[in-house]
Amino acid sequence: MIPYDLLIVDDSTAIRKILQRVLHSAEIPLRNVYEAGDGLEAIAILKANKVSLILSDINMPNMDGLQLLTQIRANDAWKSLPVIMITTEGSQVKVIEAAQLGANGYVRKPFTPEQIKNTLATLA
Amino acid sequence: MIDLISQDALVDMLHSVTGEVLSTMLNLHAHPEACFTEHQPGKATGVVSFVGLAGGQCAGTGSLHCESRVACQLASRFLMSEFDSIDDDVLDAFGELTNMIVGNFKNEIERHLGPMALSIPTVVYGRNFSTRSPGHEDWMVVPFVWDNNRLNVRVCLKARKATPVQVRYGDKQEFVLGH
Repeated sequence: MIPYDLLIVDDSTAIRKILQRVLHSAEIPLRNVYEAGDGLEAIAILKANKVSLILSDINMPNMDGLQLLTQIRANDAWKSLPVIMITTEGSQVKVIEAAQLGANGYVRKPFTPEQIKNTLATLA
Repeated sequence: MIDLISQDALVDMLHSVTGEVLSTMLNLHAHPEACFTEHQPGKATGVVSFVGLAGGQCAGTGSLHCESRVACQLASRFLMSEFDSIDDDVLDAFGELTNMIVGNFKNEIERHLGPMALSIPTVVYGRNFSTRSPGHEDWMVVPFVWDNNRLNVRVCLKARKATPVQVRYGDKQEFVLGH
């Protein structure tokens, strides 16, 4: 498996640390890991670095995860990037909205390592 | 609290979502004690967090409260790292736990009340401080206990009297809160 250049987007440093730990324990190969606290920071990281996988929360200040997803899919350089939403938002409306905007996966918080691993497996 | 959902139903939701968050993310099995009503809590010590809830039919706040040592313990389990005192990591972890518990509670009440929005958590810590939410009268409190520890999950919801009325001015469409 080719190691991922991963971008984690969440306003919680705790979740960003936990996701890294979960991916490590699931033996998901990672080359670089970038962290962003909101969509605006994520856009800045995408402009400056090569990223091959994005895990993003939805509810964040400045630019939320769905706004970020819209921007990613509108950019030729990023439109094919796999984006998985990891969020407390569990309503069918939000899940459908994320899918329509181009999310490749949706994991609800709280999550188990197996759920993250299984969702990443669907990208293969 | 609100007429659309019974208190028993709200308590069941809090039992379910809190239990799921604590067991899944912290491998912690806490059991709920009897729910009680708190009218504007007095002086507090430790760590308190707040998340706002707002929708068409109701608005309110979800909150967690515990002693500082319990917050450190929760953060230690959450992040799998030892914390002996409150620092930014502990406060962030507590905020995220609040986000998950109240966020999932929101998902449950949305089935009855329609779409709702969730604010970003605010976390306060210290000794002998007071909190007050203007307009909020009675808080529903569900304590969760394990070993010698207690985490209070608190919710206050009020029905909204005003409903939005859609008004059109030429090409513009605006929403005005009616009475």
